[in-house]
Parts: sequence; structure tokens; C-alpha cells
Amino acid sequence: MRVFTKEFWFQFASPKTFYPFAGRLIPWFAGAALLLTVVGLYLGFFVAPVDYQQGNSYRIMFIHVPAAWMSMFIYVVMCVYAALGLVLNTRLSDMMAAALAPTGAMFTFLALWTGALWGRPTWGTYWVWDARLTSELILLFLYLGYMALRAAIDDPRRASRASGLLALVGVVNVPIIYFSVQWWNTLHQGASVSLTSAPTMAMTMFTAMLVMTFAFWAYAIAVALYRVRLIILERERHARWVVELAEQER
Amino acid sequence: MWVALRWVVRRDLMLALRGRGEVLTNLMFFIIVVSLFPLGVGPERETLTEIASGVVWVAALLSSMLALGRLFSSDYEDGSLEQFMLAAHPLPVLVLGKILAHWLVSGLPLVLMAPVLGLQLGLGGEALWVLITSLLLGTPVLSLLGAVGAGLTLGLRGGGVLLALLVLPLYIPVLVFGAGAVEAVRSGLEASAHLSLLGAFLVGSSLLAPWAASAALRISLD
Amino acid sequence: MNWSSWSEFFAMGGHALYVWGSYGVTFLFMAVEVLLLRRRRREVMRRVRRLARMQREINE
Repeated sequence: MRVFTKEFWFQFASPKTFYPFAGRLIPWFAGAALLLTVVGLYLGFFVAPVDYQQGNSYRIMFIHVPAAWMSMFIYVVMCVYAALGLVLNTRLSDMMAAALAPTGAMFTFLALWTGALWGRPTWGTYWVWDARLTSELILLFLYLGYMALRAAIDDPRRASRASGLLALVGVVNVPIIYFSVQWWNTLHQGASVSLTSAPTMAMTMFTAMLVMTFAFWAYAIAVALYRVRLIILERERHARWVVELAEQER
Repeated sequence: MWVALRWVVRRDLMLALRGRGEVLTNLMFFIIVVSLFPLGVGPERETLTEIASGVVWVAALLSSMLALGRLFSSDYEDGSLEQFMLAAHPLPVLVLGKILAHWLVSGLPLVLMAPVLGLQLGLGGEALWVLITSLLLGTPVLSLLGAVGAGLTLGLRGGGVLLALLVLPLYIPVLVFGAGAVEAVRSGLEASAHLSLLGAFLVGSSLLAPWAASAALRISLD
Repeated sequence: MNWSSWSEFFAMGGHALYVWGSYGVTFLFMAVEVLLLRRRRREVMRRVRRLARMQREINE
């Protein structure tokens, strides 16, 4: 079987073959994202009942929780790509890491934003120094640091290796940071607010949240593939196939 | 290996002592930052004691971060960093020596100054001792972690601010447990758990950080 | 059905600002990200073509 050979897999690691492959995938993921969003919003707004405690403000959950999940998930995936790029020296892995970072940072910001707007009617305040909120804020800093380091280095080879190393350092440190924030939060009990106020979430609520998570996931894949294509074009702008592509597209 | 380590430490200390000004500037910064807080939040003793450990620790974080810029830059400019890479000794050992010397010059003075500032903010007795111990364990971790960031940002434009962005999130655990140790004592608990964790950070980072910093230097000088 | 009228739907039981503030900003950000990516693609293509033209002029 050709699928099991190393050559089969490594051909996708070449930017030139990956470029059209990614291009074929994008419409599928974009379409899935759109469809799932419509379904998720319908479930979230029209099927899921009003929460007897929080009223309708709880509907923010259907984007808040998926955004928070995606922000963490994308960070892990980004670091795996960065590590692969550093260890195996494959350029495409590093490009994928670079392509994921802005979208991950955006989801982190959105998780904070929607969290603040959810917190106001629920807890009576936009922000509490809760362990989860604080961790999310730190995650945003980590994303911004990664992107800032990339942006500051002109030489693409140094940029990819330096940011790869930073991602690795980040991976080692994230559990420690998370643990320390947890500890800090239990030490200062006064500031914490119990988020688990809905012990039995209605099945429809859970489904809506899950559908929205998959919608965000598909969106993130589509956007990351689109961005990685741009990075490939920028990095390979002197290659003949890129020039031919640009001339055709006029 | 020990010879190489000792040689680097002595060399860097000599260089640092020749330019005494830098050591003092760093210490002055630490003192000024801490002294600004009573002016900002008011002179009430209870408030100040409440925030004392956090203030001293954040100030220590900032001043040790500011000092990082000088960790590799002069060796980078005069080319001796490239000599280091070609040397027969493993680079992590030399880097560890540089970090150690850097801490002796920029971290240790902060630790020695901290009790005075702690007294100013109304800390006393056991809390003061825990503050010193936590700084003694924690500030080397700051230098070790910071060395990785300093290596990555070596020679970049706007390196200073970028370094802050990279390094400060990594400092959070040290801050939490460092300031937390003093808080624990003040509220009548044991600080030993906090201090043991800081010690664990110190051991862990002194094992890993020199390698990561060396890798960062190799990337930056490539 | 949760809502008896559209105005009730938009009012969100008094939490309109929070709910629509969250959803609005989220989808705005996603739309802006896509638009920015499209613009960046046009710019990249333009730059590649310009580089190619310069290269040809040098060769001639």
C-alpha cells in the first residue's frame, strides 16, 4: 500500500504539493463551518430552553465555551507543529504553526470578551480573578509573545527555529503556569466565583455547544489552511510555480 | 567542566565590577519601584503590609528582567560569544556560568536589599525571613528562564520590549509561589510547601534552562 | 418555541447588550479575519508578479 510508505506522507511536507492539496480542502471546511454555525445557532437560540437561573444570558455559553476550548486546543496543535518543525526540520510544520497563531490568539481574545459579557449579568462584574479567566489571559500573552517574536525576526530560517524553541519552552511551562494559577486561586478564595452553577445541563444545551465547537473547529482549519497557503506563497515567491500561479490569476 | 564554569563566572564578575554603575542602576530601579507604591496607594500601614510581598516580588521581577538585556549583549557585540561556541567546553556549561555571574550581580543585591524594603512596607519577623528565602530561591529561576528569552531576542530591534513580552508570562509561577510564601506566613500557615516548590523550580530550571538558552544562542548566531 | 415575537428575540429577556455584544463581536472578528486574509492574498499575488516582471527586465 502506497499510503503506508514514508514517501507518501513526506510529499505533503513539500510546500509545492501541499499548496493545491490545501486549496482543495478549504471549501469543504469553510462549508462545514458555515453549515454547523447555522445549525448550532438554531439549536442554541430556538431549541435550547431558557435557563431558569440565568435567563437568556446563558446563551453566550454557546460561543464562549467553544472559543475557550479552541484557544487551548489550537495552542497545543501549534506547539506540536512547532516542535515537529524544530526536530524534523520540515518547513511546512513551522508554516502551519505560524498560520495557527493568529487564529488561536483571536479565539483567546473572544473567550475573554464573551466571558466578560457573560460575567456581568451572571456575577455582576465583567472580570473576576478566577483561575480560568486568569489562565486564559496568560494564554493570550503567550500567543502574543510567539507572534511578536516571529514578527521581529526578518530571516525566515531564524524566525522559524526561534519561534519553535519558544513554543517548546511554552509547552513545558504551560502546565506549571496553570497549576500555579490554580494554587493561587485556592489561596485567595475570596475572589473565586463558582462557575459550575448548572449541575444538570439540558441535553439540547450541550448539543448546541458541541455543534458550535465543531463549527469553530472547521473555521479554524479553513482559515489556517488559507493562511498557510499565503505563507507558502510569500516564502516561495521566487519559485517558478508561484510566479506562474500569480500570472494565471490576473 | 568546573574549571570552565569557574572561569566564566570569574570573567563575567570582573567585567561587571569594572562597570560598577550597572549593578547600582539595577538596584536603584528596584528600590524606586517599591518606593512608588506607598505614594500610589497611600501610606496606610495595613494596606501596605497587605500588598508588601506582591510589591517586592513584582519589583524584583521587573528589575531582573531589565537586567537580562545585558546578559549576552556585550559578548555578542565584541564577538566573544562566537568564541564560546567554538570552545572545547560544552556551551550549556559556559551559559550556566554566565547566568550564575549575572545573578550574583543583578539578583543577589535585590535579595540583600529586600529586608529593608520589607520593613518599610511593614513586614516583620518571620514574614521577612520567608521573603528573603523566597527571593533567594526564586530570583535565580528568573535569571535562568530569562536567559532563554535573552538568547532568542539577541540582536533584534526592539529586543527589550519583546524580551519582556516573552519572559514575563514565564515568570508567573515564581511570582505566585514567591509572594504566596510570604502571604501564607502572614495568615498563620506554613510556607514550607511554597518554598519547596520554588526549590523544585530552581532545580528544574537549572537543569533545563542552560540547554534551552544555548539552543537559543545557536539559533540567533547561526 | 422560545420566542413569541422577533422583538422578544432581540430583547433576549433584558440581556440583549451582553448576548448580542458577544455574538456580534465574535462573528465580526471572524469576518474581518477572512477579509484581511483575502486582501493579503491579493497583495502577495501582486508582489509576486512585480518581482517576476523585474526579473524579466533584468534578463532582457
